[in-house]
Amino acid sequence: MSAPDDVSLTRPQFVGATVVRREDPRLLTGAGNYVADIKRHGMLHIAFRRSDHAHALIRGIDAAAALAMPGVTAVYTGADMARLAHPYRATSRMKNYQATFIPPLAVDKVRYVGEAVVAVVADSRYAAEDALALIDIDYAALPVLVDPEQALKGDAPKIHDDLDSNILAEREFSRGEVDDAFAAAAQTAGGRFHFTRTTPVTIEARASVAEYDKGARSLTLHCTTQIPGIVRDKLSEIFDLPGPRIRVIAPDVGGGFGGKTSLYSEEIVACAIARDLGRPIKWVSDRMEDLMTTGNAFDEIVDAEIAVDNDGKILAVKADVIGDVGAYSIYPWTATIEPVQVVSFLPGPYRIANYAARVRAVATNKTLTGAYRGVGRPISVFVMDRLLDMAARKIGMDPAEIRRRNLVNDDEFPYKAASGLVWDKSAFQACLAVAAENIGYDELRREQAAARAEGRWAGIGIASYAELTGVGSRIAVAPGMPINTGTETCNVAIDSTGAVTASFGLTSQGQGMETTLAQVVAQELGVKVEDVDIVLGDTASVSHGTGTYASRGAVFGGGAGILAAQAVHEKIVKVAGHLLEAAEEDIETGDGNVRVRGTDRAMTIRDLARALYSDMGRVPKEMRDEIDNLEATKVYDPFFGTTTSASHVCLVEVDPETYKVAVKRYIVVEDCGRVINPLIADGQAHGGVAQGIGVALMEEVVHDATGQILTASLVDYVVPSAVEIPSIDVVHVEAELPGTVGGFRGLGEGGTIGAPACIANAISDALSPLGIEIMEIPATPERIYRLVEAARNG
Amino acid sequence: MTAKIPISVTVNGTAHTAEVEPRLLLADFLRENLDLTGTHVGCEHGICGACTILMNGDSVRSCLTLAVQADGASVETVESLGGIDDLSPLQQAFQEHHALQCGFCTPGMLMTATDMLRKYDLATDEDIRDGLSGNICRCTGYQNIVAAVRAAAGRRDAG
Repeated sequence: MSAPDDVSLTRPQFVGATVVRREDPRLLTGAGNYVADIKRHGMLHIAFRRSDHAHALIRGIDAAAALAMPGVTAVYTGADMARLAHPYRATSRMKNYQATFIPPLAVDKVRYVGEAVVAVVADSRYAAEDALALIDIDYAALPVLVDPEQALKGDAPKIHDDLDSNILAEREFSRGEVDDAFAAAAQTAGGRFHFTRTTPVTIEARASVAEYDKGARSLTLHCTTQIPGIVRDKLSEIFDLPGPRIRVIAPDVGGGFGGKTSLYSEEIVACAIARDLGRPIKWVSDRMEDLMTTGNAFDEIVDAEIAVDNDGKILAVKADVIGDVGAYSIYPWTATIEPVQVVSFLPGPYRIANYAARVRAVATNKTLTGAYRGVGRPISVFVMDRLLDMAARKIGMDPAEIRRRNLVNDDEFPYKAASGLVWDKSAFQACLAVAAENIGYDELRREQAAARAEGRWAGIGIASYAELTGVGSRIAVAPGMPINTGTETCNVAIDSTGAVTASFGLTSQGQGMETTLAQVVAQELGVKVEDVDIVLGDTASVSHGTGTYASRGAVFGGGAGILAAQAVHEKIVKVAGHLLEAAEEDIETGDGNVRVRGTDRAMTIRDLARALYSDMGRVPKEMRDEIDNLEATKVYDPFFGTTTSASHVCLVEVDPETYKVAVKRYIVVEDCGRVINPLIADGQAHGGVAQGIGVALMEEVVHDATGQILTASLVDYVVPSAVEIPSIDVVHVEAELPGTVGGFRGLGEGGTIGAPACIANAISDALSPLGIEIMEIPATPERIYRLVEAARNG
Repeated sequence: MTAKIPISVTVNGTAHTAEVEPRLLLADFLRENLDLTGTHVGCEHGICGACTILMNGDSVRSCLTLAVQADGASVETVESLGGIDDLSPLQQAFQEHHALQCGFCTPGMLMTATDMLRKYDLATDEDIRDGLSGNICRCTGYQNIVAAVRAAAGRRDAG
């Protein structure tokens, strides 16, 4: 048992260290493995004929000419899918909710432009697309509903004949005496806010490769998904196959942002055809399909008002939300996820005693809405922080000051917000204070005054928000949802070669979790970061897991990883105590080695694994029976989860000739708990803010009155480029750590949550001499021009 | 179907001959015929820039270029840069500055940046942002990409 001379036992702090990403070398050299890169022997390709009607009956489909085309193997319609796949819908225990069946291919009726109607299977995508043009579909047009306020009326045509109305969900919140508070208020402010529809635009569009093994009767789906576990579980029901015979794999995935957190029709169709034909089936979305079919975001009208006293204290808030959720209630999140979160989170990080809100989720003939980075909270912050600025302007108070007076203070946690959410302790006030200090708020105001004196439209915006992250089993991510999003599983295993593998039900779409989770596990085990292999996005690796969404990866993955690594560490210590003839409490690990503390008696963990697994006789049978192996599976449930908070401050300038908004300065100060890797944490904030700036200034899905999408290319749906996004300062306030295992809070969505409100407040501030309030975003040059013209013509 | 057309293309220093349909996109030729899947297709209409490659030394959209247009040309793709164990200085700069997250736009960013670094001074960050403005990244917010190109330009200028 002699120790090698070079046994090192340094135990560096990997958590908190800037570690460059292990994902990068393969992604930088074109050696990544995205779904579109997958090729299989005998693989066939699908192209979809999609509806060009927003609402119509299908009277007949003639695909004979398509089927006769060279290279075409088969054609499938909704009737075929009814034979191959059980129907499904997104159920919920929430009161006043109506689920819709979602046919993988339309049956009898189409309900939005872009809905898949026919799938053509051919030996190349080119051949499949050639055949699409030869399919003849006989439609009978129905009245089209694009305005949710029309769609919710009792006499509106129904989009789903089996439902009571187009209102898929309705919910009300009430706390305190709102009417009395408004009656007693010194000032009120408010109006109609409109947060238009956007779409995620991952640069990798969605894709699937499905394979069916006839001998094993098993299905493998490689898919661009954030939720392989949820997809696997539902496919098991849809195809009547036990879980172990369905494997869903998310390999390298090119961005998600929530757009890949839903089960999509194309995934079901690919699996059904692969099973039916016994051939590998590939579908890769083109950009037009992506813009027409990937779950859209937001699209809410909010009538909201705030009541304040002369000291700026919020007395009451009321809001009435209409969410345009599109044609179906998306699986698994349901049509409730976006609009209900708007009212749940609207009170934000502020002390509000009296709150009343109503929300209605209304079906229209548009693409389904689903989860998009921030889900509901970008608009709840937009409305709440706009209301605060409008109120502050009326009482002549600085926007920073009115926030200081209303943000929940450190000594008030846990704080039950007016909607019933409970905020875990988080640095609400400190984030604002540090943001103001770091950006030089007072100096910025002086610069603004100087700019105004020169006739320039410069404005400062602030937004403060809080979000629940790492939400555990106590709270469903979407109300009443029948799936469990409150736990995650990690298996840590040291095998007979001494190699360490940590497997998770999570996925990574760019968050660098192969690196950050390796940091966490390595630190807990006492091995080198590079010696921990991380397995993500494969349903074969753990028995239950849902995926990566809702700012949960670090909290759940970090927590489960720590628990599993600790359990394996205990086993290592037990075996090492025997092999090194020492008491367990004297054993320490580090750098992949074990040692008796204060001595030179040491060995490598690799040798320890060999002793346990292979060199029979070195570890007694009783001990082997007790510990079995160097492996542990742990499930982490953060129960309530925790709270992440932040303040954003920005400076914008509106060009008085082009009406274009330039973002000049931007700072994010956030309390995301213990930072695992500052490089990655900052990157998440940068990207989130960039998307939020896109939402605030540029991005909008536009439909015409017939339900046609006018923004079905990236020429028309404009996302920010390098010239529109400024450098963003990010500061992490590691205040008191939360009670989550590891002390992590989630941070993936924050940038997108805060930025739209921050930018809208800055534009309103810039245009305040004209009395303009930004009530609708994106604040495009055209919208700003119209507001300025209206103000001038007064 | 139109008759296939013979082409000769040099890709990353290797000469290839093939018979292709006139409509075959260069991006598909690289990915499907040559198995060079490092070149990604993000929009197929020339906006996102993920498919950017160099043709005769100029950055072009391989989704807006037909394979037959590359007849006689020399093409460079992301696979021509450093290897997984010997990243080029530009690739190293991307890793050090966390200039990629999901990695899907990255090959196009790298090829655009390669073109910029060969041809332009890139004296200011505005120059770099202008040069990158035809490539969309949805993950990073661009500032780390700008920093990486700035670092690579610094190494270039240091000789």
